Amino acid sequence: MLVSIYRYNPDTDEKPVMQDVEVELPEDKDLMVLDVLALVKQQDSSVVYRRSCREGVCGSDGMNINGTNGLACITPMSTVVKPGGKLVLRPLPGLPVIRDLVVDMSIFYKQYEKIKPYLINDTAPPAIERLQSPEDRAKLDGLYECILCACCSTNCPSFWWNPDKFIGPAGLLQAYRFLADTRDTADNERLSELDDPFSVFRCRGIMNCVAVCPKGLNPTRAIGHIRSMLIEHGT
Amino acid sequence: MTGMRTLTFDAVIVGGGGAGMRAALQLAQSGYNTAVITKVFPTRSHTVSAQGGITCAIASDDPNDDWRWHMYDTVKGSDYIGDQDAIEYMCSEGPQTVFELEHMGLPFSRTEKGRIYQRPFGGQSKDFGKGGQAARTCAAADRTGHALLHTLYQGNLKNNTAFLNEWYATDLVKNQDGAIVGVIAICIETGETVFVKSKATVFATGGAGRIYASTTNALINTGDGVGMALRAGFPVQDIEMWQFHPTGIYGAGTLVTEGCRGEGGYLINKDGERFMERYAPNAKDLAGRDVVARSMVLEILEGRGCGENGDHVMLKLDHLGEEVLNSKLPGILELSRTFAHVDPVKEPIPVVPTCHYMMGGIPTNVNGQALTQNEKGDDVIIPGLFAVGEVACVSVHGANRLGGNSLLDLVVFGRAAGKHIEEMLGQGLEQREASATDIEEAQNRLSKLNESSSGESVSTLRAELQNIMQNHFGVFRRGDFMQDGIQKLSALRERIANVHLDDKSLTFNTARIEALELENLFEVAEATAIAAEGRNESRGAHARDDFRERDDENWLCHSMYFPKEKRVGKRGVNFSPKTVDTFEPQVRSY
Repeated sequence: MLVSIYRYNPDTDEKPVMQDVEVELPEDKDLMVLDVLALVKQQDSSVVYRRSCREGVCGSDGMNINGTNGLACITPMSTVVKPGGKLVLRPLPGLPVIRDLVVDMSIFYKQYEKIKPYLINDTAPPAIERLQSPEDRAKLDGLYECILCACCSTNCPSFWWNPDKFIGPAGLLQAYRFLADTRDTADNERLSELDDPFSVFRCRGIMNCVAVCPKGLNPTRAIGHIRSMLIEHGT
Repeated sequence: MTGMRTLTFDAVIVGGGGAGMRAALQLAQSGYNTAVITKVFPTRSHTVSAQGGITCAIASDDPNDDWRWHMYDTVKGSDYIGDQDAIEYMCSEGPQTVFELEHMGLPFSRTEKGRIYQRPFGGQSKDFGKGGQAARTCAAADRTGHALLHTLYQGNLKNNTAFLNEWYATDLVKNQDGAIVGVIAICIETGETVFVKSKATVFATGGAGRIYASTTNALINTGDGVGMALRAGFPVQDIEMWQFHPTGIYGAGTLVTEGCRGEGGYLINKDGERFMERYAPNAKDLAGRDVVARSMVLEILEGRGCGENGDHVMLKLDHLGEEVLNSKLPGILELSRTFAHVDPVKEPIPVVPTCHYMMGGIPTNVNGQALTQNEKGDDVIIPGLFAVGEVACVSVHGANRLGGNSLLDLVVFGRAAGKHIEEMLGQGLEQREASATDIEEAQNRLSKLNESSSGESVSTLRAELQNIMQNHFGVFRRGDFMQDGIQKLSALRERIANVHLDDKSLTFNTARIEALELENLFEVAEATAIAAEGRNESRGAHARDDFRERDDENWLCHSMYFPKEKRVGKRGVNFSPKTVDTFEPQVRSY
């Protein structure tokens, strides 16, 4: 199997190149892309990528796999490479590359921090937990599961264009996670901070985020809810 | 000096998982200058993979639930070598700690009354084992670890904790008094090596499941804290005690939560028989993990395993119905479809006992202070060093951890250590400065690696190490087999010390990190092997074919492994809880 990998080491390289590596894969097993990367690294220890849980819950190994963003650890080879084809691995698009498949995620995290990703409740907490009905709790499903892998935001043309001003799908999904939480009392404050032409409204409903989310989440829908809340908030 | 940059903090926490971030939160909330050094971005820590929940007597499922019942279960689960003062502290402080997490925003699943949802887990009982199965594990669907870790990270953001993300601590720095004054750490992105100086150094580095070839653990679980402690000459406790989780997905090793059996799933052999009814007539599939894992291995050894090679069993869930599975175990559906290529709604999941958790670790008191022993065998506090979470052995899990007690351990003792350090800093905690030689000594290993010009590759040596552990120190153990394993390991030591680092570049050099991790894996593996060979009995997760019985006369105690002499010593178990009567050792059956 031929694996083509984006290589760039700022210590030694002037510019990035795509390097082809031949890897022998077991015939009877449908490996995950991450397993193939491990085989590559056995041959050449200088190939660099992030990885941790290897089961799709930590969000370390988001990368561009044959043109589509995804998590290497839960992407079976059979779904991305046709027989006789080649595996093409590039870093997530739109973020500065540190080395090989590792990108600088600072601006992605900064946008996440901007939405105050923590529960705000200015009433004194009770002696036990705050009560919440199963129906109200269900409003958080499809939101809290985000793993911050950045597959969505780095697949979003609006984020490519304005990564400093547009929160991006990942951050906005979390913004709505707290807006939707009945235990949070800061809706007004949260909405005021989002109420500008860029933070939310740069979303053009392209839905590239939904197309690649490895957890099957739907940031576009969450952004739609925020828009409605902002419109109501403004009137 | 060495020309190396020094960063100075009141407290530095090594590890950004649940325990580390709970400790950091405590300190940051009270305004101390606190840093978390973590080799991955905090939400990529292994806590994120915890599924089923956090066990705690919050009295939601049963309004009469009592933390003392939880304590009884935990002591019994530990096969009586869990320290009863520590277990008492964990179980009684637990509810407050869990409520704090909820107030912070953790999205727990809910009951109709709006309280936190609790599910049954293995080894749980009401009324000190007399009242039947309890449901005591607080859950956020089957993603509790993810919910907990993200909530703690968010809490730390709110409180301005300093994060040194993607930094890797390589070794402890000791001053001339033997006190810990910080760590040497590499900024992975730039390759810069820095002395991170601190009045209190807290290890929250997690487990080391990667010493085994088949593990539920993340690739980052390389025992860095244990490795650093052993290299600094400090002992580790009960390190032979490794939990094999009954339900790792066959072939992939990924975890399937015990919550599956809590929700009503059960294990079957190739004849479709629910075999746990034979091994544990009362608790059945919800017996202690050690008991279930051994029963599974026996089924396989006796020819009743499933599949072509008869080398696994099946976890049946389909009778629970699609609706329950979708609402209670959505993550398990995802993982099974991805890694086992089965849909649990329709067919059972192939599972096999898989290395999961390190019960042993750096011995500590309930304040998280790391301990060693003097010549007389008395406990001595190591000044400046703390340990919390899986790397620590406080010891609440003893010879076998109960499901859901790990997350509780993380947050209760992360919080406790944070509180204690707060107090110490408030009283003015000072250590003597480290000298240039102290720092250079801590840097030796790194320099040697950077100068390596020949030797074997990390991946070859690592695979060899993992296979030795898998084959010689698994679910069942035998003296001669273990001695054989120890010899193989000792031959490996020199080869690992001479590992070759091909790539010498500075920027994001993960080959360098993997080489350093390999040395830590080796330290943990060797300690495990020698301590396991030394404990001549069967207790909890440590099951020996040549010593089949528990031996309370000689081994109702902790093992202590001393790295310099490679000696296994003993340390007394605490049987003196403060507010309840001692739970006396009994025959352990489920």
